[in-house]
Amino acid sequence: MTTNYGVGVELRGLTKRYGDVTALDGIDLTIAPGEFMTFLGPSGSGKTTTLNLIAGFVEPDAGHIVVGDRQLVGVPPHRRNIGVVFQNYALFPHLRVEDNVAFPLRERRMKKADVTRKVGEILEVVGLSHLARRSPRELSGGQQQRVALARALVFDPQLLLLDEPLGALDKRLREDLQLEIKRIHNEVGVTFVFVTHDQEEALVMSNRIAVFNNGALEQVATSSELYERPRTLFAAQFLGDSNVLRGPLQRRGDRLVLQSGTLSVEVPGHGGADPAVNEAALVVRPEKMRVRPHGHAVSPTDNSLVADVVDVIYLGGRRRLVLEGAGQKFLVDEMAPEEQYAHGDRVVLSWRIDAGILVDVHPGGSTPSADAPPSLERATL
Amino acid sequence: MSAASRRGILSRSVLRVWCVLVGLLLVLPTLVVVPISFSDRRSLMLPRGFSLQWYVNFFQDPQWYGAALLTLRVGVVVAVIATALGTMAAMALHSALGQWRGPARAFLMAPMIVPGVITAIGIFYVALKTGLTQSYWGFVLAHTVLAIPFVVVTVTASLAGFDGQLVKAAASLGAGPVSAFRKVMLPLIAPGVVTGALFAFLTSFDEAIVSIFLSGPFAQTLPVKIYASVTQTFDPTVAAASTLLLTVTTVVLILFGVLSVVRERR
Ligand SMILES: Nc1ncnc2c1ncn2[C@@H]1O[C@H](COP(=O)(O)OP(=O)(O)OP(=O)(O)O)[C@@H](O)[C@H]1O
Ligand SMILES: [Mg+2]
Repeated sequence: MTTNYGVGVELRGLTKRYGDVTALDGIDLTIAPGEFMTFLGPSGSGKTTTLNLIAGFVEPDAGHIVVGDRQLVGVPPHRRNIGVVFQNYALFPHLRVEDNVAFPLRERRMKKADVTRKVGEILEVVGLSHLARRSPRELSGGQQQRVALARALVFDPQLLLLDEPLGALDKRLREDLQLEIKRIHNEVGVTFVFVTHDQEEALVMSNRIAVFNNGALEQVATSSELYERPRTLFAAQFLGDSNVLRGPLQRRGDRLVLQSGTLSVEVPGHGGADPAVNEAALVVRPEKMRVRPHGHAVSPTDNSLVADVVDVIYLGGRRRLVLEGAGQKFLVDEMAPEEQYAHGDRVVLSWRIDAGILVDVHPGGSTPSADAPPSLERATL
Repeated sequence: MSAASRRGILSRSVLRVWCVLVGLLLVLPTLVVVPISFSDRRSLMLPRGFSLQWYVNFFQDPQWYGAALLTLRVGVVVAVIATALGTMAAMALHSALGQWRGPARAFLMAPMIVPGVITAIGIFYVALKTGLTQSYWGFVLAHTVLAIPFVVVTVTASLAGFDGQLVKAAASLGAGPVSAFRKVMLPLIAPGVVTGALFAFLTSFDEAIVSIFLSGPFAQTLPVKIYASVTQTFDPTVAAASTLLLTVTTVVLILFGVLSVVRERR
């Protein structure tokens, strides 16, 4: 297998409308060469539309698409040299596995001997050499998707687009193929853009995750960044569980306080946070919270409240407590539980002030912050 | 054996007998021409002895075999043209056209629905104006109009089961529109296309109404010649001609049957 280095992708002001529906509303995104980028977002948020625009199946109403150093808007899909893997495999049912894989090479009028060699090599990579002569319908779903992968990679594209390629497979097989796809990504060095609406899959697979919401990008960040420093409430809630307190922000002396119902909690003094915001949200991840018996002393660097245990759930290696306090519900994950609690126990719930994450409440809204991508001049058409 | 299953078998055999009866009712009147064509008598009556004289007559009389040849030549070319045009029309109806899809389909189907005589009068009028009566291309054009709906119907049915993603996949793999059609779409809708071609051929092959208008002493298709012969003479050659027509039609229908069995298997 020749390792060819993937190319970068630049999307600038990419917009697509279908009648009254704005499927994509001026997306800006930079994907690094060789990166594994995941598009994550709820149904109808514009993930497939973005892939279709990059692949050339539909043309944008506005914006630019640059792959490598090529401007792609207006270039028909068969001249783009981009591999695409579809959710339902899209294998040609009338061709055998090897002919499916040879298809893009024959379209490029490659010499017979080279076709045979390259098909052999890529089938080796996806581990299907022994099934080369089968017809697609004689393969399992997982095997079919491997063939589709091989077919999309055999012509050495510099970019591979995968639209929910594992959506039709059962959980076990999906997990196997996730690792397989990661391995292939490492092996071939091509830039991968992978669409999913499964957050766990996104965490397993990616270098970076682009969170889509309603035709716009909510946040683009590494998995850990996205989990530990989500910028919007939407991003925080889409990836992982979270405790959310909403309400107005106030400045009290040199402290920043969020008033949520009867509860007032201190929030990390984010340098430029605007205390005049009348609705903000504080996100605290369940494993950042701490539960101790009622009456336990609390450190001044913590927020705390008194709560009642509603439920105790064992989740394999950890224990999840469901609590109620100050009229709100809280989830707490404990990796190494110290005390036993039962329904009805009164406890002290606390978290370090700096474990809280202040996020933007409004979907699609942007809070300027340090990790925002450098703003590039939006090109106009 | 239980009463229920006995009743089941009984009703099934009644059904079978009924089907055979209906089948015979449909086919027998047509098959009457077969024994007559082998008759040794000189009029249109059931034979006393066996003879091939009417077949000999058919292949020696230029009026008869000329008509047969013309019909075949027209039929084959109609099948080719109607299949090409009908397939393209079906693809357009399948993929695009938006709000025009319904009207466009109705327009294409019209020749199948409008009474034959009315279509014939229209075509006759146009043919007179353009000098296409009694000409090879006159028959071809007229029959093509009549045959296109059959191709549209069969190809549309094939396209309904065709996964449009395959064309996208082909494009992403480097196949231009023509290549994608030839290597991916056509092989997969081939059953509908071939069926359409067979129907188009048959439509032209046994078409009589429009052909009567377009025919004349210098150009007659076989169905027209048969009609003329029956109405004007008692020559049993017409039975031989009819039997030949019947044979060709049956062969095409059997081809069609074989094709659909093959399709089922796949
Ligand atoms: N061909 C089309 N015609 C009209 N509207 C469309 C078309 N394709 C997409 N849309 C609309 O554009 C929006 C974005 O759709 P898109 O397919 O990109 O979502 P998605 O993020 O891929 O969702 P999913 O996770 O369900 O696949 C949706 O509101 C959808 O209804
Ligand atoms: Mg989608």
